[in-house]
Amino acid sequence: MFSTIYILWLRQIKRYLRSKSRIIGSLGQPILFLVALGFGFGPMYSASGQGNFIEFLAPGIIAMSIIFTAMYSGMEVIWDKQFGFLKETLVAPVSRFNIMLGRTLGGASVAMFQGILVLIISTFFGFQILSFSGLLLGFLFMFLIAVFFTALGTAIASVLEDMQGFQLIMSFLVMPIFFLSGALFPIEGINRTLYYIIRINPLTYGVDGLRQSLISEGYFSLGLDLVVLAILAIITLILGAKLFSKIQI
Amino acid sequence: MKKSDYIIEVKNLRKKFKENMAVADISFKVKTGEVFAFLGPNGAGKSTTIKILTTLLKPTEGSVHLNGFNVLKDKAKARKSFGIVFQDQSLDIDLTAYENMYFHATLYKIPKADRLEKIKKLMEMVDLWEKRKQIVKKFSGGMKRRLEIARGLLHHPEILFLDEPTLGLDPQTRQHIWQYIMNLNKSEALTIFFSTHYLDEVEKIADKVAIIDQGKIIDIGTVKEIKERNQTLTLEEAFIKLTGKNMRQEEGDNLAVVKQYLRKR
Ligand SMILES: Nc1ncnc2c1ncn2[C@@H]1O[C@H](COP(=O)(O)OP(=O)(O)OP(=O)(O)O)[C@@H](O)[C@H]1O
Ligand SMILES: [Mg+2]
Repeated sequence: MFSTIYILWLRQIKRYLRSKSRIIGSLGQPILFLVALGFGFGPMYSASGQGNFIEFLAPGIIAMSIIFTAMYSGMEVIWDKQFGFLKETLVAPVSRFNIMLGRTLGGASVAMFQGILVLIISTFFGFQILSFSGLLLGFLFMFLIAVFFTALGTAIASVLEDMQGFQLIMSFLVMPIFFLSGALFPIEGINRTLYYIIRINPLTYGVDGLRQSLISEGYFSLGLDLVVLAILAIITLILGAKLFSKIQI
Repeated sequence: MKKSDYIIEVKNLRKKFKENMAVADISFKVKTGEVFAFLGPNGAGKSTTIKILTTLLKPTEGSVHLNGFNVLKDKAKARKSFGIVFQDQSLDIDLTAYENMYFHATLYKIPKADRLEKIKKLMEMVDLWEKRKQIVKKFSGGMKRRLEIARGLLHHPEILFLDEPTLGLDPQTRQHIWQYIMNLNKSEALTIFFSTHYLDEVEKIADKVAIIDQGKIIDIGTVKEIKERNQTLTLEEAFIKLTGKNMRQEEGDNLAVVKQYLRKR
């Protein structure tokens, strides 16, 4: 069982480490956001007496790079359908649940690694981590966000035929999830309708938890963030595994 | 479950895609060690049948036993019994040839201690051991095919499914590939179930032939029997006599689309 999970995990890692362009390419967007938003809105944010904007923004940007990488990793199932490799795993005498689990953990590890890179980059922009224990807790949140979105990507990819649906999912699911999560702006005093949308958004709890861990600021309690995110990650993992095991090609 | 003389047993198999009956009630048996050719025009239902036999697709109706194991109920054991080379390539082209083999060895639980040796033996058989560290993306079509065959044999299957294994390959490579496979068939009584459109290959190597058209088996027997029944000199002539001279629509409703288009104009 563990060998199956391990080899699928390893495959994701190898594919990622070999595509240098993907690693570097996916750092462009977070850096742009840090520069444009951080320096752009920073003065305004400080002027209104809320402190350092980079401190507030960095956890949101870390979460962003994680969810984009994770969704992409999950959706790689579609590539594997099209390039044929999926068949090799689907006829193997092992449980499809383990195959899905290995893939998802691999994709999540990749996404988390990408998040850590962005975390390191943010420190060059003046982001300061408060404590080592906070950092470890931050890693836990990063991992949970990564698992949730990789499993979500896998679930969606399991029912899609080809990559054409991918753009649709990015524009109408992933982008709204990111922008309406409190990743870029504080939730306090926000428009009512928007507030409810933000509250039902899973990423809200991920970003909030990450912020609490790294800079001890946040909206909900750390416990609530952790419980909500963990439960959602497990549910999505199970749902993703169910859909994955039903794939027919 | 009792094992019979037949390593593949298919009973009343059907597969319906929406309105399209891709496989319409077929039954046949394949003996252990036999070289069984599964022929038919484009869209006849060959790949669909092979996918059902190899647990990739669920049949609409009917049953399949491989090596005595029901493919729907005893999936894992049925899956261990066969190796397969699909019609479209199924390698991870971003990994090396060796990594593709190693991945397979892990999934099929080949003991760690034996892996290297087994992989080496098979990669040498298909003349790819020297190229083991190359990324598969850089392989030619023939090299990929050979690698897939080596991979399909790695876990010592009892049955090897080959869906058009020699499609698009030059005559030399085709000969080589059949040589590897036939050697194993002789030395290890490996059962071969294959589809192809090269009927001269079939005449040379097949013990038994089934011809399928529009989802139905329209003739089955040895090459000799089929030629005699249809009073032809070659298998190709018998094939054309049985399946007609017309080309096949890939999709059932292509014709309807064309008709509608013409009506609009
Ligand atoms: N996933 C699918 N969904 C819907 N229809 C399908 C699907 N797969 C195959 N078909 C249809 O089933 C029929 C049989 O296709 P199949 O691929 O089994 O033919 P084949 O005998 O392998 O042909 P070829 O020699 O061209 O490979 C065709 O009409 C095809 O369009
Ligand atoms: Mg086919």
